[in-house]
Amino acid sequence: MLQLNRVSLTFNEGTLDEKKALQHVNLNLKRGDFLTIIGSNGAGKSTLMNVVSGSLLPDTGNVIIDDKSVTHLQEFRRSRFIGRVFQDPMAGTAPSMTIEENLAMAWSRNKNRTLKPGVNKKRKQLFKEHLSTLNLGLEDRLTAKVGLLSGGERQALSLLMATFTEPKILLLDEHTAALDPSRAELITEITANVVEKFGLTTLMVTHNMQQALDLGNRLIMMDKGQIILDVDEKEKPTLTVEKLLDEFQRIRGEQLMSDKTVLG
Amino acid sequence: MFLSFFGAIESGLIYALMALGVFLSFRVLNFPDLTVDGSFVTGAAVAAVMIVNGSSPLMATVVAIVAGFVAGCFTGLLHTKGKINPLLSGILMMIALYSINLRIMGRSNIPLLNESTLFTSITSFWENLGLSTPFNQMLSFIGIQANPRTWAILFFALIITLIVKFLTDYFLKTEVGLALRATGDNQKMIRSFSANTDILIILGLGISNAFVAFSGALIAQHGGFADAGMGIGMIIIGLASVIIGEALFGTKTIARTTLAVVGGAIVYRIVVSLALRVDFLDTSDMKLITSVIVIAALIAPKVIESNRERRRRKRKRIELEQVLASEEGEKKNVAT
Ligand SMILES: Nc1ncnc2c1ncn2[C@@H]1O[C@H](COP(=O)(O)OP(=O)(O)O)[C@@H](O)[C@H]1O
Ligand SMILES: [Mg+2]
Repeated sequence: MLQLNRVSLTFNEGTLDEKKALQHVNLNLKRGDFLTIIGSNGAGKSTLMNVVSGSLLPDTGNVIIDDKSVTHLQEFRRSRFIGRVFQDPMAGTAPSMTIEENLAMAWSRNKNRTLKPGVNKKRKQLFKEHLSTLNLGLEDRLTAKVGLLSGGERQALSLLMATFTEPKILLLDEHTAALDPSRAELITEITANVVEKFGLTTLMVTHNMQQALDLGNRLIMMDKGQIILDVDEKEKPTLTVEKLLDEFQRIRGEQLMSDKTVLG
Repeated sequence: MFLSFFGAIESGLIYALMALGVFLSFRVLNFPDLTVDGSFVTGAAVAAVMIVNGSSPLMATVVAIVAGFVAGCFTGLLHTKGKINPLLSGILMMIALYSINLRIMGRSNIPLLNESTLFTSITSFWENLGLSTPFNQMLSFIGIQANPRTWAILFFALIITLIVKFLTDYFLKTEVGLALRATGDNQKMIRSFSANTDILIILGLGISNAFVAFSGALIAQHGGFADAGMGIGMIIIGLASVIIGEALFGTKTIARTTLAVVGGAIVYRIVVSLALRVDFLDTSDMKLITSVIVIAALIAPKVIESNRERRRRKRKRIELEQVLASEEGEKKNVAT
């Protein structure tokens, strides 16, 4: 489904700020795989997501989705079949537009946008049904401006917008990190539900090791632009936080706990 | 008095088209587009030249609109493909248009006094039917003796402006329109929903400047001339209309906001015509008056808000003092 072949990306090459954000990264996901990604700050996790989404182009290597190379496909073309939720709850929605307008905009993702009204009776009904699965009461607030919603509500809406057109790939970059613990838990639960419901091939970055273990069927750990640990389907259920920490120390010869704030 | 009021509404309705264009760029696209000063004249110039050379006024107006659209698209190209910042893209285009407009006109002023324009045709059609009579009778019934030259222009401008307003409302709710609004709101997000933001910005600025050129073409036909300098400060007038309209009439929905913008354009004209009645101000003070109006419109809401805040705090303080005083009193009562 998704394949990365020897993908490398260096920022500010040849300057003092040179940063090898990705170094020869290989990754292969089957349809329906749910990959969780952990790693310390600056490990290159977001860069990896950006390379898949097309908001960054890799220096070398290629990105293949459904047996087609998308390495040079512009972001807005790729996003027809890639859904995304950002860390910042403000980033995934248009605040001055209403809930139904935001949903309509997302609904057009995999269609050609026309001069027909974005919201109509039929779609309203459909949006209501989808919103009611979030159990936040948003289905009764279709014409409320999204800017008035709380961070958690917005993130739930972003998640719905990113998924309800059933994209080939879903990218989640620390999408619960900016929320308080109870809201984060709610969004995590919704995430598990929608991914299961639509059978989405998913990549989820998280700073929360327990979350990385609870969700998904595969896991990778990144450090300094490399995938240093790749846990497959068979092994993942047996994994614990302690094992992950030991693993990191064995590979890197240093304590991961020094980065406790990031990998709490 | 009544006649200048009447004239202000008439021209306000025509300038409202320009204000709607400014609303599209500044508010919807969040793009401070200064092309307006140039594209307004482009509309006027194209219409005037074509009319003088014998085209039908309708055809001339349509071509003027297209010319404005093209000008706006160029500004969009400068910004999206040339990666030039929005303000600078607009200014560059505005300056370039100044020369282009002179080229179109061939001189700096084209009078249209004896030409037939959209307004002269509409007016003669209207007066032949005698449609002004009932309105004039209505005026004298409520005690106003002065009769405007014709009611045709007022109604024609009203209809045109409302059509453009409703088309804009409709467009902004279409799938493309939603993507356009989202581009102004959150570009990163709408790109992640497969919208080509470059094309949307180019299209949005094109439409915006098409409205502006439309307004310019009509103002030239209404005023009876096109002049290379007639666009100076137009962007500020447009902004003034948008800001005044939004402050007075609200922005709850799209339809409400576009109505507010039209209202703002009319109110602006009325304020200017009132200002011009002050003895020591004359027409050469227009730009100064415009600036003062915009500055007032920008500052007034903040001043009102901070006054309201100060009064609220003062009320709270007095309440607190009263509560403390009564508690104090109770303590004394207990002690005695
Ligand atoms: N646009 C950029 N320009 C320069 N350096 C960047 C840029 N984006 C990320 N980096 C650097 O690349 C490295 C990887 O960043 P990132 O992928 O965001 O890490 P994380 O794993 O925390 O998401 C970091 O050192 C970061 O400072
Ligand atoms: Mg990151």
